[in-house]
Amino acid sequence: MSEDKTPKLDELEKGPWPSFVTEIKRAGKKKASANDLLKQLELSYTDGVTHWKHGGVVGVRGYGCGTIGRYSDSPDKFPNVAAFHTFRVNHPSGWFYTTKALRQICDIWEKYGSGLTNFHGSTGDIILLGAPTENLQPCFDALSGEAGFDLGGAASDLRTPSCCVGAARCEFACIDTTDLCNDLTQTFQDYIHRPHWGYKFKIKISGCPNDCIASIGRSDMPIIGTWRDALRIDQDAVREYVDSGLDIVSEVVSQCPTEALEWDAKGKKLNLKPEECVRCMYCLSRMPKAIRPGLDKGATIMIGGKAPLVRGPRLGWVLVPFMKMEPPYTELKDLLEKIWDWWDENGKTRERVSELIERLGIQEFLKAMDLPPLPEMVAEPRTNAFIF
Amino acid sequence: MATDIGPPDYRTMLPEIIKKNYGQWKYHEILKPGFLKHVAENGDAVYTIRAGSPRLLSVDKVRDICDVADKYCDGHLRFTSRHNVEFLLADESKLEALAKEINEKLGFPIGGTGTCLSNIVHTQGWIHCHTPATDASGIVKALMDELYDYFVSEKLPAKMRISLACCGNMCAAIHCSDISVVGVHTAPPTKIDDKNFSTWCEVPTTLASCPTGAIRRYPEAKSVRIDEEKCMYCGNCYTVCPALPIASKETDGIAIFVGGKVSSNRTSPKLSKLAIPFIPNNPPRWPEVVSAVKNIVEVYAKNARKGERMGDWIERITWPTFFKLTGIPFTMKHIDNFTGALTTYNRSAHIKF
Repeated sequence: MSEDKTPKLDELEKGPWPSFVTEIKRAGKKKASANDLLKQLELSYTDGVTHWKHGGVVGVRGYGCGTIGRYSDSPDKFPNVAAFHTFRVNHPSGWFYTTKALRQICDIWEKYGSGLTNFHGSTGDIILLGAPTENLQPCFDALSGEAGFDLGGAASDLRTPSCCVGAARCEFACIDTTDLCNDLTQTFQDYIHRPHWGYKFKIKISGCPNDCIASIGRSDMPIIGTWRDALRIDQDAVREYVDSGLDIVSEVVSQCPTEALEWDAKGKKLNLKPEECVRCMYCLSRMPKAIRPGLDKGATIMIGGKAPLVRGPRLGWVLVPFMKMEPPYTELKDLLEKIWDWWDENGKTRERVSELIERLGIQEFLKAMDLPPLPEMVAEPRTNAFIF
Repeated sequence: MATDIGPPDYRTMLPEIIKKNYGQWKYHEILKPGFLKHVAENGDAVYTIRAGSPRLLSVDKVRDICDVADKYCDGHLRFTSRHNVEFLLADESKLEALAKEINEKLGFPIGGTGTCLSNIVHTQGWIHCHTPATDASGIVKALMDELYDYFVSEKLPAKMRISLACCGNMCAAIHCSDISVVGVHTAPPTKIDDKNFSTWCEVPTTLASCPTGAIRRYPEAKSVRIDEEKCMYCGNCYTVCPALPIASKETDGIAIFVGGKVSSNRTSPKLSKLAIPFIPNNPPRWPEVVSAVKNIVEVYAKNARKGERMGDWIERITWPTFFKLTGIPFTMKHIDNFTGALTTYNRSAHIKF
């Protein structure tokens, strides 16, 4: 039948980059719903608009979120995606898997859903893409009962925390990001599964200021590993870099944003003024064999990152310059509960914490948090005289 | 049925070499694009091969990935935050054979490390979202086909992250990427469904959803009305109210932003700034979007210094030079008029002639 042909999508099977169309077709060999998805997508490519209806609330028993309702606006044409809902499945911290665990998920999903997945959604969850309403409960029962996986966050709740690879593989990690991420996720299960608040709250954890998890742009509370004492410099390794051709002055020393480094050309020594270092990670990234973070490690706690709607895109800013991060992370959890209480009490519907702080004023927020004002919190002090 | 169990403990998923040296890593090297070597304090080494995936995977593809991980990595693997898959192993002698299977059996390219272009973080688009102004996976495929060489080799002055969102919700939070591709509407909601408004929507939520206050109550029809002069077509009203559909083939398309970064490496994090306000959708391959992005990448690669991120480079050469070098027209739309706009104007006498 000509309706089964997908000439536009077929174009996207050409070229060197692996093709998502090939994936949908492959799932379509086994599942009618994947096939209907392909055909509906081809229609979207012709019509220039989506063919998914607005929202729809679906769920599993005991939870207020974790599944996303999705209904086709053309169920007569594509009956197998009339109801095509999504699961968000909380990933193991750091996205480490055994093949055994992944195969279990595959088997369950093939049984109950379309066989299509995302590894992963942007927040971090595994996305299981497309199941009919009647399969939601049994699929969840199998995931949690047999495979040991739970749902992630959605709606006005705590979204699934995520983190960088951290101490599992990275020498720059100043905090145990995977442990912290796992700990917070387990501690706050109720907040993840039952929407309590006016809107969503996201936590993302990076082991160092390189921020490979993009926490500063993507989370209400970015947690960024750092150190309080001096960088560690291995002068023998420095000399090795210089001897093999690194122009240390122009490529490293002169690039330091606060002029904390000096090259002693005579003694062939890289000298550091530790009180000037702002921990930008540039020299470490250029000379990983020679420069390492200090030993007095912890995290900078920030607040306020978010995507554009409604009041504009935001980057997080410094709230607590340094907090020791040791299990069970009591100080951090107390701060989180305080923030959530204040935000829940004062925030409007769909008002992110950064927008609430802007509306009520940072002074009121800091007072409510019982946090002192610190120059590290600002890029510059106020410019207006509307002081009082 | 079990609830509130949370995810499996990641410690049960770690390969032996990682467990043994957890928290004991000393330094790393990039052996070649996509090949990492991390060395621990005790001299142990773990090798990582990073491969690009399309993010959307059939379960059979996941099983294929598992087959490869079973054969070479004792049944362990991980994914990255940018949809890449990583194979970790302690035995260097297996690397080339593993790489060959990744390329041939999985069809995945190896790269995305160091100053390679990494994978494009993206959203659902027409595949599964109700609010998109464009498709996501299609543009990503078209872009990565064209920029493939940058993924598999280190040809850029510094790290580059391209991210894509199919609408202003920006579910991939792409507002701080070197290049952000975002779906945009360029007309107000196509209709106001008065008949269904009062059962589908809440007035206060709908009014509050509008960043420019363009929506007013219209009690005569138990509905709302939109001041089209104030509307800037963000579509947030549709997100909260199904009676205000806004997607339209004729007026939806793509905007491109540049110069964002999230890391504090050398310079502060930055939001991305508007480069190209509108390119109409042109599925299946969006050739105009691909050539616009490729142009920006090539101009950056040719002109920036080693270690200079896109945003840092633009700040050094100044924005007028960026528009000159790329040939992108500067228009009224580029000048900010939203909250905080004044601080984005050139408040100096610094002008190049």
